Amino acid sequence: MAAAGNQRVIVVGGGLAGLAATVRIAESGLAVDLFSVVPVKRSHSVCAQGGINACNEVARQQGYSEYEHFDETIYGGDFLADQHPVLEMANWAPKIIDLLDRMGVPFNRTSEGYRDLRLFGGSLFKRTHFAGATTGQQLIYALDEQTRRYESEGKVTKYEFWEFLWPVIEDGRAVGIVAQDMRTMQIRAFRADAVVMATGGCGLVYGKSTNSIICTGAAAARCYQAGVHYGNPEMIQVHPTAIPGADKLRLMSESARGEGGRVWVPRKKGDMRAPRDIPDAERYYFLEERYPKYGNIVPRDIATREIFSICVDDGLGVSGENQVYLDLTHRDPDYLKRKLEGILEIYEKFAGEDPYRNPMKIFPAVHYSMGGLWTTFTPGSYNPAQARHKHKSGSPAPIDAKVGQGMQLGAINNAMTNIEGLYAFGEVNFAYHGANRLGANALLSCLFDGLFCGVSVANYVRNAAPSKAPAESLPAAAYERVTQQEEAKVKNLLSTVNQGNYDEKTNAYVIHRELGVEMTTACTVVKSDARLRQCQSKLGELKGRYANVKLGDAAGWTNQSLSFARAVGDMLLVADAIALGSLERKESRGAHYRTDYKDRDDANFMKTTLASLKPETRDVSVQFVPIDASLILPEARTYGKVAADATSAAKQPVAAGV
Amino acid sequence: MIATISANPTHATPPTKLGRKVRFRIKRCEGPGKPSTWNTYTVTIDQKGANVISCLQQIAANPVTVEGTRTTPVVWDSGCLEEVCGACTMVINGKVRQSCSALIDHLAPNEGDEISLEPMSKFPVIRDLSVDRQRMFHNLARLKAWVPIDGTYALGGGPKESPEAQETRYALSTCMTCGCCLEACPQFNLETDASKWDSSFVGAQAISQARLFNMHETGKELAPARLDALMGPGGVSDCGNSQNCVKVCPKHIPLTESIAAVGRAVTLHAITKFFRG
Ligand SMILES: Cc1cc2nc3c(=O)[nH]c(=O)nc-3n(C[C@H](O)[C@H](O)[C@H](O)COP(=O)(O)OP(=O)(O)OC[C@H]3O[C@@H](n4cnc5c(N)ncnc54)[C@H](O)[C@@H]3O)c2cc1C
Ligand code: SF4
Ligand code: SF4
Ligand code: FES
Repeated sequence: MAAAGNQRVIVVGGGLAGLAATVRIAESGLAVDLFSVVPVKRSHSVCAQGGINACNEVARQQGYSEYEHFDETIYGGDFLADQHPVLEMANWAPKIIDLLDRMGVPFNRTSEGYRDLRLFGGSLFKRTHFAGATTGQQLIYALDEQTRRYESEGKVTKYEFWEFLWPVIEDGRAVGIVAQDMRTMQIRAFRADAVVMATGGCGLVYGKSTNSIICTGAAAARCYQAGVHYGNPEMIQVHPTAIPGADKLRLMSESARGEGGRVWVPRKKGDMRAPRDIPDAERYYFLEERYPKYGNIVPRDIATREIFSICVDDGLGVSGENQVYLDLTHRDPDYLKRKLEGILEIYEKFAGEDPYRNPMKIFPAVHYSMGGLWTTFTPGSYNPAQARHKHKSGSPAPIDAKVGQGMQLGAINNAMTNIEGLYAFGEVNFAYHGANRLGANALLSCLFDGLFCGVSVANYVRNAAPSKAPAESLPAAAYERVTQQEEAKVKNLLSTVNQGNYDEKTNAYVIHRELGVEMTTACTVVKSDARLRQCQSKLGELKGRYANVKLGDAAGWTNQSLSFARAVGDMLLVADAIALGSLERKESRGAHYRTDYKDRDDANFMKTTLASLKPETRDVSVQFVPIDASLILPEARTYGKVAADATSAAKQPVAAGV
Repeated sequence: MIATISANPTHATPPTKLGRKVRFRIKRCEGPGKPSTWNTYTVTIDQKGANVISCLQQIAANPVTVEGTRTTPVVWDSGCLEEVCGACTMVINGKVRQSCSALIDHLAPNEGDEISLEPMSKFPVIRDLSVDRQRMFHNLARLKAWVPIDGTYALGGGPKESPEAQETRYALSTCMTCGCCLEACPQFNLETDASKWDSSFVGAQAISQARLFNMHETGKELAPARLDALMGPGGVSDCGNSQNCVKVCPKHIPLTESIAAVGRAVTLHAITKFFRG
């Protein structure tokens, strides 16, 4: 296909979503400029361990379908996601796996040579494809290789070690970005006819999380400051099983439970015996007892809250600390090695204990942001007269999966934010996962955005943007204005170097540490009005201190402190939005659990939280806007929970959505 | 010390003595062409599971040397913090490895123990512990390390594959472009002039990737081009077979096996080419 004049697309972020977008858009003949703060191959997506969901032939012949995958995702997300986009994503999933397979991803194989499958949370069918225990790494490498191929052919230009600073918006339309070279520290503008943000999550707002150190959420926060709406900021997933650490909380993948891992604590409080010496009858397999149907593979928010309550409310944590056992020692070591070697190696390496022989000690950790930049879509062709009841697992699907049922392929507003020409793909897109993401659905949503919504970007540039002036012909003024704004910010920050002595109050690292502790305590597993208000006043204090932040490095070359200090300011604004969203959403739904509003309230809150920043005051405001719930009727999300056993029935918290 | 990981480790982590002080001797450099100096900092180990990164973070917040001099914060690269992205590679106590998996309890179990940190020497230093590894990515392009698919439209699945073949490819495919194998290789040298990269030794990492893609049903199509590149100067024959690479690879990739396999393929390729003219 011939190159389309000088039209270009900027993709910010080279994780799975950004690379899939790059490949798709470059393939359509448009030039792509790809920006990333790290070499794209080192993006956070490498961390994903467990796998990627898709309906497949084996599951299909047992009664599973794309439709059931869709239904599980809506139910798992506690009916907060717009439904049509989720349907399209589930329908596309098998095609995406096929494509990855063609790209050479070494998916695990059955003895006959077909792709192997594993069980993951929120489903009764095996529908998770995996490549060893480093699925994310394997997927991103495949996309990285295809991107390198296009780069060699001159279709893609990479800007690695470049930091996105601000979108250039002219007449309400995104026409480029301003970015900084993290080595030379040069700041300059880049023109483009569309901009795709694929900058991932915001785990660092919580200090320590399972995320990579680069997941600050700053890029999204900058778009938000420039006028993009932020959707469902309060929906932060806390993963039930992580290994506590000094710099990071390392994930123990859900696949450990999918492969038979059992979660338990000693029944007796303060039982200090070695786990091996505790007989089965004296072990409390609380997930299995409370959720006989799903057992250890209940969805994340439920497992997290149960573990949290076992430790914090019941005081049953192992050795009296906030930790429970995740036990694989009953499984054959050879089997484990084959299926889980990668993640067990991580445990062994970082916890210094042998998980093949000793149960692992784990505790919940902040993991994923369901919320993100708010985006739109054009619904597809499937529009039943009435929304259906929840799908009965294994029963025939009401429709056969076809392209375009959920979202209209190529419609230019798919995954577009409220700013024309500015798209959000991957974790930074608020869509698909509602109030709780199912395991192994994130990689899917990243690839789906890139491959499906990438077509929308290409169409927008080709068909819609030309009616306006192409970016290359726009006057330089708009670009210069934003460049100067960013240069001024940097100048301001650099001017603080060596002003007086070291002071904890104005140190960016200390402010960040305090931010993390505050957010982890107030805005994760359990939230309440009083605690959230306290959090807001702490955020106010931190913002006040940040206004006088002092840098320790004036270098005009590879100045990491500058980058970090700048990002802390952006993280504080994301934190504001999370706190206000948490406070205003007076109900419990999915990952969002309020001790003072324990029930789900569909009448008032089956709605998207739309956060926006008032430019004058830089204060956040939220409103609740209706969602597309035209396909499946909401129902209580119980995962077949039974009353807890007698010993803990009294203290049993009400599960969200009951 | 490079901890070897087995299903049944013989070593256990020594118990953490919280509150102990550990010294970090760090090689500093302000930028390309600037001289190197050493700074020493003391870090109090106040958390379980401390590693080199968590200590560097502590130093960054308040970089004051043992002599009481305030310095700039140390610059280093990191990402995943779980040894899967390759970013944080550096030379720790003389051995190249990832700093995120370098546990302080292993390296400096006692009060006053010292740990030295240096940037890798086979890549140009950007600043302090951060180096420029662009050459490794360049070499992946040089060897066309990709599967030449027909595009991203739905054309059905990929080729069927035996579990054994998958396991071999998977092992090779976990390479995180960290550079340990190149740092340790006596045949791989620092080259700051990018125009010379195509004629300099590619090293074990890229050779092993060529093997990975030559093994794939569709990837094979480009095998002749890959072998051409590996036949020339800087190709597989530059390997001196010292086997340092395989000893330091954190992912336990069978690099010497890859080098041998590619070596044989190159020989065959050369013979075939010779007879075909
Ligand atoms: C430990 C862990 C395990 C997981 N396991 C699974 C799993 O098994 N299955 C599953 O489906 N999901 C899993 N997830 C979730 C999934 O990995 C992520 O949601 C997904 O990888 C996000 O991809 P992304 O492309 O949106 O962003 P990322 O991979 O985070 O990439 C973001 C990109 O943006 C760039 N960037 C960021 N800021 C800037 C800026 N200012 N300027 C320029 N560039 C910037 C970065 O350099 C990077 O290239 C896991 C997550 C974690 C933390
Ligand atoms: S075996 Fe070859 S590639 Fe490996 S270290 Fe020795 S010379 Fe280098
Ligand atoms: S082969 Fe091993 S040592 Fe070499 S770059 Fe890859 S992972 Fe690192
Ligand atoms: S930070 Fe990714 S390997 Fe160490």
